[in-house]
Amino acid sequence: MADKRTYEVVFIIDPTVGDDEVMRLSEAVQKIITGQGGTITKTEIMGKRQLAYEINHKKDGTYVLLEVEGSGAEIAELERRMRVNDQILRYMTIRVDEDRRRADKLRDRRARKAARRTGAKNKASGAGATANAAAADTEDAEA
Amino acid sequence: MSSHYEDRENSYGFEREYERAMPGRGGRRMQRRKICRFCMEKVDLIDFKDVKLLQSYIPERGKILPRRISGACAAHQRMLAEAIKRARNIALLPYAAD
Repeated sequence: MADKRTYEVVFIIDPTVGDDEVMRLSEAVQKIITGQGGTITKTEIMGKRQLAYEINHKKDGTYVLLEVEGSGAEIAELERRMRVNDQILRYMTIRVDEDRRRADKLRDRRARKAARRTGAKNKASGAGATANAAAADTEDAEA
Repeated sequence: MSSHYEDRENSYGFEREYERAMPGRGGRRMQRRKICRFCMEKVDLIDFKDVKLLQSYIPERGKILPRRISGACAAHQRMLAEAIKRARNIALLPYAAD
């Protein structure tokens, strides 16, 4: 597979596992990925939080979020490892590159449309439309 | 149960967006056009980790708020539903509450 894919991996670690063990686990996970030729673009330990429902009779867990770039092979390996690890209560991998591309496209299209619209308006009403355009631009920047 | 969502609407920050005609008078429902909040705010992507946002679209039972109440457009309702389902999978949101 030639194209690069981006994934978000979230997993939940057993609440009884200590902080340094959490660090060690997430490092181990990162090693698996780099070992398979993937790269990690973001790591975030979201901390301990309450689960919305019990998993293995546990009421809370430590959430860890990773962003991985790669071919997909490292995800397969990672999931295989996580499945057998009892300290990991749950994991979920989501492919995000396609969604993000689509979001970018939508944003571009909106920007173009806004530009066209204000261009037409400017001829008609001048200053008022430019104020609107400025407002629209700041909104786009926020998104 | 049929009016369950309508009753709860306000407590979830939705304005009461349509008035009903009196039964037996005129008959047809008066409806104000609902605008998709996500379109207004120009949201392109709904993240499953944004629990605070998603929570406002799940009433107490934990169900996904239907489009006729949430007022979201088809595209955004789809994104929203997908995000809620993902959040449920990793226990950020309940599958069923109470």
